[in-house]
Amino acid sequence: MVDTVSRPDSKGIRAQYRNGAGRRVHNGELTGPQKKTGSERKRWEETVVAKSLTRLPERGGPEAFTTISDEQVNRLYTPADLAGFDYERDLGFPGEYPFTRGVHPTMYRSRYWTMRMFAGFGSAEDTNARFRYLLEHGETGLSTAFDFPTLYGVDADDPIALGEFGKVGVGVSSLADMEVLFDGIPIDQVTTSMTINGPAAIVWAFYIAAAENRGIPRSALGGTTQNDILKEYIAQNTFIFPPEPSMRLVVDTIEFATKEMPKWNPVSISGYHIREAGSTAVQELAFTLADGLTYVQWCVDRGMDVDDFAPRLSYFFNAHNDFFEEIAKYRAARRIWARELKERFGAKNDRSLWLRFHTQTAGCSLTAQQPEINIVRTTIQALAGVLGGTQSLHTNSMDEALALPSDKAVRIALRTQQIIAEESGVTNTVDPLGGSYFVEAFTNEMERQCYDYFDRIEEYGGVIPAIKAHFFQSEIARASYAYQGEIDEGRKTMVGVNKYVIEEPVEIPILEMDPKGEEKQRAKMARLRAERDQERWGAALEKVRQTAMGNENIMPALIEAAHAYATLGEISNVLKSVFGVQQFSNVV
Amino acid sequence: MVAKSPQKQEQTERKIRVLIAKPGLDGHDRGAKIIARALRDAGMEVIYTGLHQTPEMIAEAALQEDVDAVGLSILSGAHMALFPRIIGELHRRGLDDVLVYAGGIIPDNDIPAIKEMGIAGVFGPGTTMEETVEFVRSHVTPRGVGEEE
Repeated sequence: MVDTVSRPDSKGIRAQYRNGAGRRVHNGELTGPQKKTGSERKRWEETVVAKSLTRLPERGGPEAFTTISDEQVNRLYTPADLAGFDYERDLGFPGEYPFTRGVHPTMYRSRYWTMRMFAGFGSAEDTNARFRYLLEHGETGLSTAFDFPTLYGVDADDPIALGEFGKVGVGVSSLADMEVLFDGIPIDQVTTSMTINGPAAIVWAFYIAAAENRGIPRSALGGTTQNDILKEYIAQNTFIFPPEPSMRLVVDTIEFATKEMPKWNPVSISGYHIREAGSTAVQELAFTLADGLTYVQWCVDRGMDVDDFAPRLSYFFNAHNDFFEEIAKYRAARRIWARELKERFGAKNDRSLWLRFHTQTAGCSLTAQQPEINIVRTTIQALAGVLGGTQSLHTNSMDEALALPSDKAVRIALRTQQIIAEESGVTNTVDPLGGSYFVEAFTNEMERQCYDYFDRIEEYGGVIPAIKAHFFQSEIARASYAYQGEIDEGRKTMVGVNKYVIEEPVEIPILEMDPKGEEKQRAKMARLRAERDQERWGAALEKVRQTAMGNENIMPALIEAAHAYATLGEISNVLKSVFGVQQFSNVV
Repeated sequence: MVAKSPQKQEQTERKIRVLIAKPGLDGHDRGAKIIARALRDAGMEVIYTGLHQTPEMIAEAALQEDVDAVGLSILSGAHMALFPRIIGELHRRGLDDVLVYAGGIIPDNDIPAIKEMGIAGVFGPGTTMEETVEFVRSHVTPRGVGEEE
């Protein structure tokens, strides 16, 4: 490994965490009662366990007891695994530094997590109907899935968009579509999340303009734009512009939200897609936090006060199959974020230190075979999110390895959350797994490995240079290929795929979409282009171009362009002409 | 059929060349990258197009790279709009012998029509890497100095 001494920054970070819990777990001295447990543990292994193994061997060697990310799990955890553990310093109390046990003092005893189902397909009308359906059934927040043209800032009538309209989410090409999408929904009361990244600033401008046309001031709007461009280069690929101008747009949105929209989360720093691309749990944790710290650094470099904007940053993690690994990941994430914001950035407001997060169960874990069993997988994953202290949760529907979810499938997924919240009893106490020797040792281990990745990222000079060097992409591709090999060879189990396989036709109803949807959208766009105020439209696009070329915050110009009914593709093209376009990699 | 493959590989003295292509605006590349690596590890020469390829770009790459097979990876649901155009562009360039197969999220109901277009195999979630490798090995048209089977 490259020597780290010559780089003062990383040395500084390293020095800070050397005092942290993660490091101590490996180097701490056992003292007093812990030392006694250690020797008793040894006695137990040599006598009781040894005898038992002769009669009843374990299912395999150490390789049989690994997490889905190939982390070794020991036979037993005791106080001896928590050398140097200090309750007040490493866990503390919920709502207090370092927030390991949760960001709120009473957690789900006061308020359950927000039940927020990711939804979107077809036209704005179709998705508006699905939103209303979900709210009627007890959903407490909205979450919007966009189609590929929207995700890439392309209009539905662009030739490259052929066949894509409304397929993986709702198609939104202008303010006109956004108005229909949220028609009749009280967006001054319910919060809305939008999964949009490359063109996030533009789509957010559509949303703000739609609210303003209904007389709702922007300051009243609550919600989240995903707007996490770094993980797009790392894993999800829905970027448009090169990293630096993209980061400028992100910082513009954070700055705008800080000044004008106090209830908006301008970035949802996302590990979800990193994990879906095939990363391990530790990679998800480390790459995502590194992205988050990069946004903070860019905002500080712009001259913003960390306590002005950090409270509005939020996170989004995956909930995969391995129950305890996921819980350890969330707990480690909270502790690391709080420490870095406090020690590296000098944040003073507790809210700046809170790692608030949304969770989605793992789409990549769903099987097309025996789809009903996905309900069970999703339940276990969702429970991990809840026991990990999530603020918001999406549960996947059983049919999502086959198609977008049907009404019934999505209702069962929502009911899964309601059962966990209101029947299981796990919400009666805060952080019920806190103090488990296993969970605490695993949390420490996740933290230690996360800092090792931070060091490796620093060796490249930070996240953006590491992206350009393909560091993240190749780490993820390697992990993903290794996992597929384990599944193919049966070393890891995927029920219904490589074990307990049955031959049966899949008999669940699949969501049918309007086959004329794309054609109708093209007609709608032709009308929009003909009927809008051409003068206002032209001036607004020119203002976007001028602003993009300068240093002013771009949001006011984008909101005006939205009001002028400039389309997503038109605005994106103006920005492309100024910022350039980021090419896709063909590295495998 | 499967057992013959390694021998055939030796006789032809030419590695099987495969183009792994991502048509349309689909951004999902986990599967495409895994398959590309698996084919490469199995001794084939693999060219990966990267994302956002139009039918023309895919057919042109197949021609320029002189491939034996084209694997189309698509999870966006746009396959019924894009596949016929890709096949059409391949034919327009005289690439009638190139093996074309597809993988991704493709509903069962669409498969008969896709096979009708001349796409030889469709692989959904749960397919092993070995299945795909063997499919390509046993379905490509022999080329170079190899003998007919």
